[in-house]
Amino acid sequence: MDNFLALTNLIIPASLLALFPLLGFFVTALFGKYLKHAAGWIASGMILISFSISLYLFMNLPGEAALNFNLFDWIKWGSVNLSFGILIDHLSLIMLLVVTGIGFLIHIYSIGYMHHDEGFTRFFSYLNLFIFFMLVLVMANSYLVMFIGWEGVGLCSYLLIGFWFKNDAFNDAAKKAFIMNRIGDLGFLMGMFLMLFHFGGLDYTTVNAAAQALPLGNTLIVSITLFLFIGAMGKSAQLPLYTWLPDAMAGPTPVSALIHAATMVTAGIYMIARSNILYAMAPFTMEVVMWVGVATSIFAAIIGMKQNDIKKVLAYSTVSQLGLMFAALGMGAFESGMFHVVTHAFFKALLFLGAGSVIHAMGGAQDIRQMGGLAKYIKITWFTFLIATLAISGIFPFAGFFSKDEILAVAFASHKEVWILLSISSMITAFYMFRLFFLTFNTSFRGTEEQKHHLHESPITMTLPLSILAVFAAIAGFWGMPAVFGQTHFFAAYLAPVFEGSKQYLGEAHEASHATEWMLMGIATVAALFSIAVAYALYISKKWLPEADEETTGFAKWVANKFYIDEFYDKVIVKPLLVVSDIFFVLIDKLIIDLIVMATAWIVGFTGRTIRLAQTGNTGLYIFAMVIGMMVLMFFQLVY
Amino acid sequence: MNTVVEQANPQNWYLLLSTILFSIGVMGVLMRRNALIILMCVELMLNSVNLLLVSFSAYAGNTDGQVFVFFIMVVAAAEVAVGLALLVSIYRNIGTTDIDVLSKLKW
Repeated sequence: MDNFLALTNLIIPASLLALFPLLGFFVTALFGKYLKHAAGWIASGMILISFSISLYLFMNLPGEAALNFNLFDWIKWGSVNLSFGILIDHLSLIMLLVVTGIGFLIHIYSIGYMHHDEGFTRFFSYLNLFIFFMLVLVMANSYLVMFIGWEGVGLCSYLLIGFWFKNDAFNDAAKKAFIMNRIGDLGFLMGMFLMLFHFGGLDYTTVNAAAQALPLGNTLIVSITLFLFIGAMGKSAQLPLYTWLPDAMAGPTPVSALIHAATMVTAGIYMIARSNILYAMAPFTMEVVMWVGVATSIFAAIIGMKQNDIKKVLAYSTVSQLGLMFAALGMGAFESGMFHVVTHAFFKALLFLGAGSVIHAMGGAQDIRQMGGLAKYIKITWFTFLIATLAISGIFPFAGFFSKDEILAVAFASHKEVWILLSISSMITAFYMFRLFFLTFNTSFRGTEEQKHHLHESPITMTLPLSILAVFAAIAGFWGMPAVFGQTHFFAAYLAPVFEGSKQYLGEAHEASHATEWMLMGIATVAALFSIAVAYALYISKKWLPEADEETTGFAKWVANKFYIDEFYDKVIVKPLLVVSDIFFVLIDKLIIDLIVMATAWIVGFTGRTIRLAQTGNTGLYIFAMVIGMMVLMFFQLVY
Repeated sequence: MNTVVEQANPQNWYLLLSTILFSIGVMGVLMRRNALIILMCVELMLNSVNLLLVSFSAYAGNTDGQVFVFFIMVVAAAEVAVGLALLVSIYRNIGTTDIDVLSKLKW
């Protein structure tokens, strides 16, 4: 009863939570002209309010309870009743805190970063709209409402990638992201149709209950989960739908940090974690998810080794880390996947913001071959970037160490081959991240004199968020200490009630012995340190520089050109599609449709030309016709 | 009063009269060239129908039809006012009301 009261008290704050960013969107979008730079502070304030409410919910949600209520009935026909509702449980709370917390810091950062941009207010209205849709996605209590948020964040992603719309290449990148996401969304929609058709509803409770009545691993659940996973592939940039994410770096850097690293791209992982019962009941899909994740993780990491654009390196690293999370989900380690989502959100947002600060100092240049030796010019950025790089490389005791180690431990216990592959991917990650770090901050400056003169630390609005994020990138891992340290795994324990339902289908979790865990951590650390040493030897001791694009040869050229995947898609999908549309244009459009349309127009014209001759202008004739008409009418009236 | 009318003029006479009036109107409309005459013939047709309405109303012992006729006359008066005004205006501009001459509005 106490729980019930405590939950009812939370309904109002939970309903209001998402509305503040929406309000911020309307205010900054409509009155941006008058607000000017105040718009940034208003937008940030709205997110701060949402963050406070999330924190309040986090503090006050009693025990293992979940708050699940319907705001209104939305679509009603026949036996189907789709309502618009909110679900606040431990999983959505974690995401709420991440989205609003990191979102707030990035808003503050953007005030400094976008200060000279003419689209300042437009930028903040988009950011607020994005947070709103992200909150809808996270707080939804049904797949349909989640889909609203899902599409909304896709829209905001499109708007923000193409934020500098005067550049055609940026617009193309925005369109690419949008279209690739549509492909995934089709999968999501198909999954929803299947659920609606077979389960008669789309809210999580109905779906889970209906699914659990079916036998384990039956075709229906496998197809639903596969379709949903296609949606996740698009949104979370997994093979083969990942190519939009590196291109999405065309947007302003805070956007890359917020949308394309910390929040939106993890929506796919959130969705699968949310559907954990469905996925646990479909072992085949789990296999697929795991292998797609592993493949993406390695593939993107390899490409990351040869990228020279500071943001592109981070983009491929994001794709690779997302692959790692999917691998964790595929192995049934939902908590570990979510844990990595959280730590990754901190350090990857920090990396992107740090990169933004570097770009700011460099006056817009992004090529790491022109940087170097920046450490002494931008000390705060350098230090925070170092923490984030250590975190992503998995060095004790930074956040990435714990979450990555947890995933590796799960892999070691259940799939040895996955463990080997993921370890390799982590090694590559450590290598290219330190390659990036050394090339950017160490040795001497390689840019122009003018740039060197311009180098300066960013304003406080930018360095403060960096510092706060750096603290979290350093300590966030302690929420999920492995058992060997004699601590409870706070994070896993917190999420346990959410994933309780799926545990029975997953079989016994393999609890690694302490000795094994020590060994695994040892191997991971040694491997990371080895990679760092290699990067140090190559890029500091030997002062290697990545060669100019045209000098690259052999395999390196393949990697530098991202294995020509974009070109491959262009040849195999885009070009044939254009050819087919040309054929259809000539055959169907020109020959058939045009013929019908033109014939209709001609018939109308011909009839008009013929009949207008009756309009002689002779009134007597009109009257005569009228009388004849009346007689005819009268005749029919009398006869019938 | 109904009985008086019925005795003096059986319903058929009224029908016959209004049919004749109507036919005269139709013929006038069709044969004459003068727009003023045509307008008058139209009125004739209209009033033949009015007559019919009144007679049927009396025959059925129901005053609705007679009330109706008043309204029709009011509307007809307004319509005639407009029609005559148009004719006057046409005459002032063209100098004739012969409908054979008024044939500019055509394809």
